[in-house]
Amino acid sequence: MIRIEKLHKSYPIGKDSLHVLKGIDLHIKEGEFVSIMGSSGSGKSTLLNIVGLLDIHDEGEYYLNGQLIKDLNEKKAAILRNKFLGFVFQSFNLISYKTALENVALPLYYKGMNRKERLKVALDYLDKVGLKDWASHLPNELSGGQKQRVAIARALVTNPKVVLADEPTGALDTTTTDSVMDLLKDINDEGMTVFVITHEEEVAEQTKRIVRLRDGVIISDTLTKAAKAQ
Amino acid sequence: MFDLDRWREIFQSINKNRLRSVMSGFTVAFAILLFTLLFGVASGLGNFFKSAFSDDAQNMMLVRVWKTTKPYKGLQTGRAIQLKNTDYNYVTEEYEDQIQYQSARIYKNFSIKYKNEASSYSVRAVHPDHQFLEKTLMDEGRYLNNRDLREKSKVIVIGRLVKKDLFGEKPALGKRVNVNGSSFLIIGIFSDEGGDNEERIVYIPVTTAQMMYGNNDYISQINLGYNPNLSTDAAIAFGKKVERDMRKRLNIHPDDQSALSVRNMAEANKFVGILMFALYLIIGFIGSGTLVAGIIGISNIMIFVIKERTKEFGIRKALGATPGSIIGMVVQESVLITTLAGYFGLTLGTYILSAIGNSLEETYFIKDPSVSPGIVIGATVILILSGLIAGYVPAKRAARIKPIEALRAD
Repeated sequence: MIRIEKLHKSYPIGKDSLHVLKGIDLHIKEGEFVSIMGSSGSGKSTLLNIVGLLDIHDEGEYYLNGQLIKDLNEKKAAILRNKFLGFVFQSFNLISYKTALENVALPLYYKGMNRKERLKVALDYLDKVGLKDWASHLPNELSGGQKQRVAIARALVTNPKVVLADEPTGALDTTTTDSVMDLLKDINDEGMTVFVITHEEEVAEQTKRIVRLRDGVIISDTLTKAAKAQ
Repeated sequence: MFDLDRWREIFQSINKNRLRSVMSGFTVAFAILLFTLLFGVASGLGNFFKSAFSDDAQNMMLVRVWKTTKPYKGLQTGRAIQLKNTDYNYVTEEYEDQIQYQSARIYKNFSIKYKNEASSYSVRAVHPDHQFLEKTLMDEGRYLNNRDLREKSKVIVIGRLVKKDLFGEKPALGKRVNVNGSSFLIIGIFSDEGGDNEERIVYIPVTTAQMMYGNNDYISQINLGYNPNLSTDAAIAFGKKVERDMRKRLNIHPDDQSALSVRNMAEANKFVGILMFALYLIIGFIGSGTLVAGIIGISNIMIFVIKERTKEFGIRKALGATPGSIIGMVVQESVLITTLAGYFGLTLGTYILSAIGNSLEETYFIKDPSVSPGIVIGATVILILSGLIAGYVPAKRAARIKPIEALRAD
């Protein structure tokens, strides 16, 4: 599903440049539940941005769903994001003036689905994350855990190939963290590839594979107990 | 362009951010309001100038004579000039193509009597076309016609106030009145926008007058309506030519203004035209300046708005919005706000103008100020263009927003 070979990325800082990713090789198969661990500055966010087509790499190769990602213009990237990727962010990133249902339906709008149909599909996904009764509420009327569930429903609504979650539990307390992780696990159990970035050991432990990053290189790549138990 | 979902998105965004939208629309609304008022006032001034002459046809040209003030070809100063039928026929035949209406006019002053009521009135003996030159409005009956002229009929068309004087509220049409001793049949009653004096006169056929009073072929003046297809300049030139011709014909010194003059509405029209052109130029300058300020204002606010909505656009892009769709959305929002605000200004302006109405005519020479449908259509086009211009720069900025930066956890 995701194949990365010898990936490099630098950011210019004044005259110098900061070499953030120094040759990453990573292969994630369909249906995997992977977490990327690393302290801040390890390059994990940069990796997620590149995988999420929000940023471009300098060197190396990146295949998404078998397709080589190269020379993408913004429009193509937008279309690919819409088609293959679902995003879950630490700060939820719901649009404040739209209801939960409208937020979930937004990716379908950019897909070109008509309103009636997309609201129906969106409601199904809200139901799936247990928030059908909250469909007409605005984000500021929801708790943090509920917001993240809405965001997850939004990530899933286009039926993407990969769900990318950037510190999905970073803004949540322990109880809601568990419930959000349970939700991600359920999604994974249904066959979805889930790619989580976190710096919390407990969160990473709940995924099936942990890739540890330090200073732009992978230092370990192991299966978790949960995976071994299966 | 017409994408119902896009409109829904825009309405939602405007509706959820009403204050912001109103603020950004305000400058444009104000600009258009100002523009409408200025334009309306200008057109009101124009209307006043036009109406100052408008009880007569706009294309009227009068050939009038008096006494010579310069000797010419051995003829003395102080000679009275007399126009005759031959002069009238000469002008109307010579310049047939340049003439729309033609009428001679003879002035008389007679006592007119009906039963016991009698009074002195100004009598004008004319041709049928005189009705159009003088803009005589028929209230009852008919005006003079060619048959009346041919048969030298003793028929009379009386003014509304003449009828009121002699008949009161009783019907006058078909009755006979005594004009200077002869009995005339009333065939019509007219009114005229030129005021009371223009309604206290009577019209009779020019041929009848010539036969009855002096048995000659004298006329007092020649009234023409130049061909309305002539440009103002061509009409002025035509007037000058008639003037030269007639002076030559009547042996008048070419520079003797008082012996023969041609009063040409085209000259007044040209003056008003130049005045209005200058006025509209000034107003166009002020108006478009205000509008440009409005556009810059709305554009500035939109840029600010885009900054405020950076995160939202970042989210949209992460979810699959293409740069094109972001640009389209922002521009469309800008066009919508501009157009709505502009129409608000336009409506308010039109309303104020219609409330003013004619109340300023006496003091400020502003009559019936208003904006024409053409202006409204023009304004619509300008508003949409303004919206496009105002929205484009902010939209470009919005499209350049990088999702990573917008979504960075803060």
